[in-house]
Amino acid sequence: MTAHRPCLDHSAADPAPEGQRERPRPLDDFPASSRSARSGRMPARRLRALAVWAALGCALAILLVAGICIGSVGATPAEVLDSILSGPDGTTLSQIVWQIRLPRVLASAILGGALSLSGFLLQTFFNNPIADPFVLGISSGARLAVALAMIVLLGARQVLTPWGSVAAALAGSLATMGAALVLARRVRTQSMLIIAGIMVGYVCSAATNFLIAFADDQDIVNLQSWSQGSFSGSSWSDLGVATAAIVAVSIVVFALSKPLGAYQLGEAFAHSVGVDVRRLRVLIVLVSSLLSATVTAFAGPISFVGIAAPHLARLAVGSSRPLLVMPACFLAGSVFCCGCDLLARTLFSPVELSVSAVTAVFGAPVVIALMLRRKGYR
Amino acid sequence: MMDLRARQDRCRRPAAPHAHGMRPHPADASTGDGAPSGAPGDTPLALETRGLAVGHASRALVSDVDLAVRPGELLVLVGPNGSGKTTMLRTIAGQLKALGGSIMLFGRALDTIPGTERARTMAALFTDRHKTDLITCQDIVEAGRHPYTGSLGVLSPEDRRCVREAMEATGTWGLRDRDAAHVSDGQRQRVLIARALCQEPKLLVLDEPTSYLDIHSQIGMLQLLRNRARERRMAVVASLHDIGMALRAADRIACIHGGRVIFQGAPDAALSTEMVSRLYGVEPASYDPVSGSVELARPAGEPQVFVIAGGGTGTSTFRALQRRGIPFAAGVLYPGDIDGQLAARLAATAIFAADFEPVGPEAVDRAKEALLACRAVVCLRSSFGAMDARNAELLEAARAAGIPVCGDIGQLDGLA
Repeated sequence: MTAHRPCLDHSAADPAPEGQRERPRPLDDFPASSRSARSGRMPARRLRALAVWAALGCALAILLVAGICIGSVGATPAEVLDSILSGPDGTTLSQIVWQIRLPRVLASAILGGALSLSGFLLQTFFNNPIADPFVLGISSGARLAVALAMIVLLGARQVLTPWGSVAAALAGSLATMGAALVLARRVRTQSMLIIAGIMVGYVCSAATNFLIAFADDQDIVNLQSWSQGSFSGSSWSDLGVATAAIVAVSIVVFALSKPLGAYQLGEAFAHSVGVDVRRLRVLIVLVSSLLSATVTAFAGPISFVGIAAPHLARLAVGSSRPLLVMPACFLAGSVFCCGCDLLARTLFSPVELSVSAVTAVFGAPVVIALMLRRKGYR
Repeated sequence: MMDLRARQDRCRRPAAPHAHGMRPHPADASTGDGAPSGAPGDTPLALETRGLAVGHASRALVSDVDLAVRPGELLVLVGPNGSGKTTMLRTIAGQLKALGGSIMLFGRALDTIPGTERARTMAALFTDRHKTDLITCQDIVEAGRHPYTGSLGVLSPEDRRCVREAMEATGTWGLRDRDAAHVSDGQRQRVLIARALCQEPKLLVLDEPTSYLDIHSQIGMLQLLRNRARERRMAVVASLHDIGMALRAADRIACIHGGRVIFQGAPDAALSTEMVSRLYGVEPASYDPVSGSVELARPAGEPQVFVIAGGGTGTSTFRALQRRGIPFAAGVLYPGDIDGQLAARLAATAIFAADFEPVGPEAVDRAKEALLACRAVVCLRSSFGAMDARNAELLEAARAAGIPVCGDIGQLDGLA
């Protein structure tokens, strides 16, 4: 109970080299394999994580530049850079860059990162590698709440502010998250949780489609593209709100990396090492809902990013330690969404695909691979 | 032995709840069974429960639990499946709310201690198996330093030394880079115990710590706990299914049965034949209180084979006959001899002489009577000693009656 930190090892001060160190009553001796002979493991793993962060950062930078350059009006990176540095002016290119492409690529990067982080939190929370806001129906719930709020406010001749849509999405997220939690408590098996989440998602989607069908023509134009999942039409004010919310929440999430690491080993385990498990669970639900709500409010429901990106990040880092994985998660989500959005709007230009269609093409195989791998474990 | 039990029987309380002060609490009794030196009350008890009731929801599974564990003491909970050992340990670890009574950790009420401080005082390990992905064994052990690290959980060199020391002590240092999902259950159990040790608890709560472990690791683990208890005054509360291990490792044993702690005391008193048969419903005659082991039931029926053994020559034959389901008689044996002990548990009829006395004519006559009712004799002795010379008369009697005599059980098949 004292504040000082006594060490178990009485001979700890003795800096004997590895081979000469006395092993105090080992239960048995393991043959010294090449693995165990390797020393300095921690720096190696940290280096690997840093390398992954750097690689993802570079990829993101390239995709951001490409996203700004590529389009119906092409531009070289130099022209784009020039246009960005000189600030918004009257030229066509400047308008395209400043009004359309820059906010869009930034939105896809930030919202994609948030989605991936939210997926990572939910996977930790449910101890299930294929949990994410989309699969659990949380995105669909948020979308339904935003659609409802939009239509009600339009009826009253009001416009939904960015913060208002985040609030509505959060309410919808928390409601569906609550439903998922109640189901998780009752069904106990992981596959049933996922199926229940998908069902909740379908119900919410059906309700949203119903609303859209009965909305006025004017509203439909807005609702239709948003409800499919898209980064188009991102405005600077939306982006500002989204960035503020996501940066704030992400800081909270990174601060939680220590208890999250203990929670990954089980609730009883986390409790035993002194984690306030109930408080942590409430916090995870809140922050993951906030992240996915923010994304849904501005870009609609986007599928599979929350599963694929954290999984790929974990594989790349080679560890599940939150402190190492979470930054990689965020960057992987950014890269994933940025790339998918670029494909969505350039692949069949001038026809624009919904981002969800592209993320599904790349994300679903990852999910299938995950399910196959899980099966092989047992 | 007897007076010890009589004294500790006072701990057996009548089923009268809410009668505090009326009954002796183990903390009040100045017993010294294996407890570390130093007057009680000198240092606060590592763990003290009074009138504790535990259970899930509101239904009490075990009630009226009064435990007292001193620093450096190893208390083992034994009891049949479903008796509430795990529930009790979970409540002590603070994972379940107590339904009544109090839990004191070093003199402080458990529910008033903040999480981190509690974790520096007490570590707990249960048998839950959590699926992990891309988490190394060292990651798990490092999580044991959680109560000591800063807000981001970065380990100091000192923390690393503790991790390494705990992993070396449990023989898991060689596994440190392995994915915890890909090691064997026994290896993982040792990793988890290393985690609990590197938390540097003053009280360690363990649910079935030897589960999944091979016999060498079980002994090593219990020896490790004993050493920590002695050297670092760490108190241990553990549940064990293996009463043989409990008998060897515990300072004190609490027997849980029918929703009560029916006995608390020294291992040999707590695991007496009477208590074990009451706890687990095993046949009293098949339990060996010295080793804490139980034999399979003796074959039913009249003896068909007579075994002449003694001095350990008969044990494998007795067990082989038991496995084949052949009832047998054995004699003349000494009750204190290893063959005599086993024959008392496995033989349909066992004829004994008094320890250290020559085999007398009366015992030989009883043995002859049993032998003549058998269809074969197995003689495992090549010669007899001064004390049991009269067993030679049994061989003569068998030959005179035309009962086949063979030197080992393998020859029995040819006779049948």
